[in-house]
Amino acid sequence: MKRFAGWTLASPATLLILLGLVAPVAATIYATFGTPGGPFDTYQTFFASSFRRTVLMRTITISLAVTAIALVIGFITAYVVSRAPGWLKSILIIAAVFPLLTGVVVRSFAWLIILGKNGILNSTLTQLGLIAEPLQMLYTPGSVIVAMVYLFVPLMILTLVGVLEAIPDDLIQASASLGARPSATFTQVVLPLAVPGLIVGAVLVFTGSFTSYATPQLLGGEQVMMMGTLMYQQAMVTFDWVSASTIAAVMVVITIAIVLAMTRVARRLNPMAV
Amino acid sequence: MPTKLHPALIGFTVLVFIFLVGPLIIVVGAAVSDTSYLTFPPHGLSLRWFENIFAIDAFRRTILTSLQVAVLATFVALLIGIPASYALNRYRIQLPGWLSTLFVLPVLVPELVLGFSLLKNVAYQFNAPIFLSLVVGHTILILPYVIRVISASLASFDFSVEEAAISLGSPPLKTFFTILLPNVRSGVIAAFILAFITSINDVSISIFLTGPGLSTLPIQLLAHMEQFFDPTVASVSVLLMVLTVAVMAIVERTLGLTFLAK
Repeated sequence: MKRFAGWTLASPATLLILLGLVAPVAATIYATFGTPGGPFDTYQTFFASSFRRTVLMRTITISLAVTAIALVIGFITAYVVSRAPGWLKSILIIAAVFPLLTGVVVRSFAWLIILGKNGILNSTLTQLGLIAEPLQMLYTPGSVIVAMVYLFVPLMILTLVGVLEAIPDDLIQASASLGARPSATFTQVVLPLAVPGLIVGAVLVFTGSFTSYATPQLLGGEQVMMMGTLMYQQAMVTFDWVSASTIAAVMVVITIAIVLAMTRVARRLNPMAV
Repeated sequence: MPTKLHPALIGFTVLVFIFLVGPLIIVVGAAVSDTSYLTFPPHGLSLRWFENIFAIDAFRRTILTSLQVAVLATFVALLIGIPASYALNRYRIQLPGWLSTLFVLPVLVPELVLGFSLLKNVAYQFNAPIFLSLVVGHTILILPYVIRVISASLASFDFSVEEAAISLGSPPLKTFFTILLPNVRSGVIAAFILAFITSINDVSISIFLTGPGLSTLPIQLLAHMEQFFDPTVASVSVLLMVLTVAVMAIVERTLGLTFLAK
C-alpha cells in the first residue's frame, strides 16, 4: 500500500495534465500530419504562403527585439534594485510586481490610450508644436514592441533581482580594490555571474512574446499580424482548423526547442557550476 | 558596506519605474474623467463610468462568469495540486523524474495552443460543455503555480513531525489537517491568490472557449474595446487594479512579496 502512496496522491493532477493537456495538444499536432496530400502537406502549404512566412518572420523579429530591449532594461534596473537598501528594495519590487499581476488586457489598453491617434503622446507633441498632424503610432510594429517591452520588463527585473542578489558585495569590492574600474567590474564580474539568470529571463520573454495574443491584437491589429493573432484568425474567423493546427504545431515546436536548447546553454555557461 | 552605484544607473532606474507605473496611473486618470471619450489628464471628476460597468449587462454577466471560473479552477487546482506537491516532496524516490517535468508542461505549451486544442479536441469532439472546458483549461494553467508555491513551503517542512503523529496513533487524514496543513498555510494562501489572479486575467485560453452567451471579463473587455472607445474599459481596469492591490496586500502579509522574486 505504502509503495503506491506517492502515485495515488499525484494521480489526479497527473491524469488532468495527461487528459486535458497532453492528449488534446498531441491530437492537434497529430492531425496536421494526417491530411490527404501527404504527411507534410500542411507545412508545405504554410511555408509556401509568403503571407505566412512574413507573419512568422515578423513574429520572430518582434520577439527578438522585445527580448533584447527587455534584457538591457531589466538587467540594469535589477542590478540597481539588488544593490538598493532594504526598504527601498521592497518598494521597488512591489512597483515591479504590481504591473505583473495586472492583466495583459489592462496593460495593453494603457498603451492604446497613450499611442492612439488622439492619444496622450500625439496631443502632447501637437501642443508642443513638434508635429502638425497626429502620427500613426498604433498598428505599427513599434507600438507592439513598446507594449510588449512594457509587459515583460517586470518579469525580467524579478527574474534577475534574485540572481543578482546572490552575488556577494565582497566580490564586487574585491574586484574594485584589485584595481578594476566600475565598468570592468560590471562586465567581468557581475555580467558573467548573471548569465544563467539572463538566459532564463530571455527564454521567458521570447516565448511569451512569440505566443502572445492580446497585445498584438490590440496594438497591431490586421496590419501587424503575429503568429498568435494569425492562429486565432484562422481558427475562429475563417474556421480553417487545419491551418490553425499547423500554426499551433509550429509554435509548440519552436517554444519547446528554445526552452530545451537554452536550458542546456545556461547549464554550460553557469560559472558557479564549475 | 553596500556597493556604490553610478548616478547614471540610478537615473536610468528611476525612468524605468516611471515607465512601469505611469501607464497605470494614466488608466486611473482616464477612468475618473467626466468625458465620453478617453482622455488624460481627466477633464472633471466623475464616477459615472464605474456605474456604467454595472449598467451594461454584458459586463455584469462576464464579471460573474470570471469569478465562477476562477473560484472553481483555483479550488480544483488546490485540491489536486496539494496532494501532488506532497507526493513530489515526500515520495521523491518512488516517483519517476519525468513527473515533475509533466507538471511544468502547462508553462511550456503556449496557452493559445492549449485553448485551441481544448476547443477542437475536447469541447467540439466530445460535445463537452464549453464552461467545463473553460474550467479545465484554467485549472491546467494554474496548476504549475500551485505546485511550485506549495512545494516551496513543503521544502521547509520536517516530515518526521508527521511520522511522529502517525506513530502515536493519529489517523492519516487527521494528521493532514492538524499537522501538515497548518504548517503550509501561508503557501496555500499564496497559491490560492496567485492562481485566482492568473485565472481572472487569462486571455489566451479563454479566447477560444468563449462565445455568444458565455464570456469572461478580459474577453468582454477586448470585444468592448473594438467597438467603443469610452472610459468604461478604463474603469473596469481600475476595478481589476484594486483587486490586484488587495491580492498583493494579502501575499505581503502571508509570505512577503520578495517571495515572488525568486
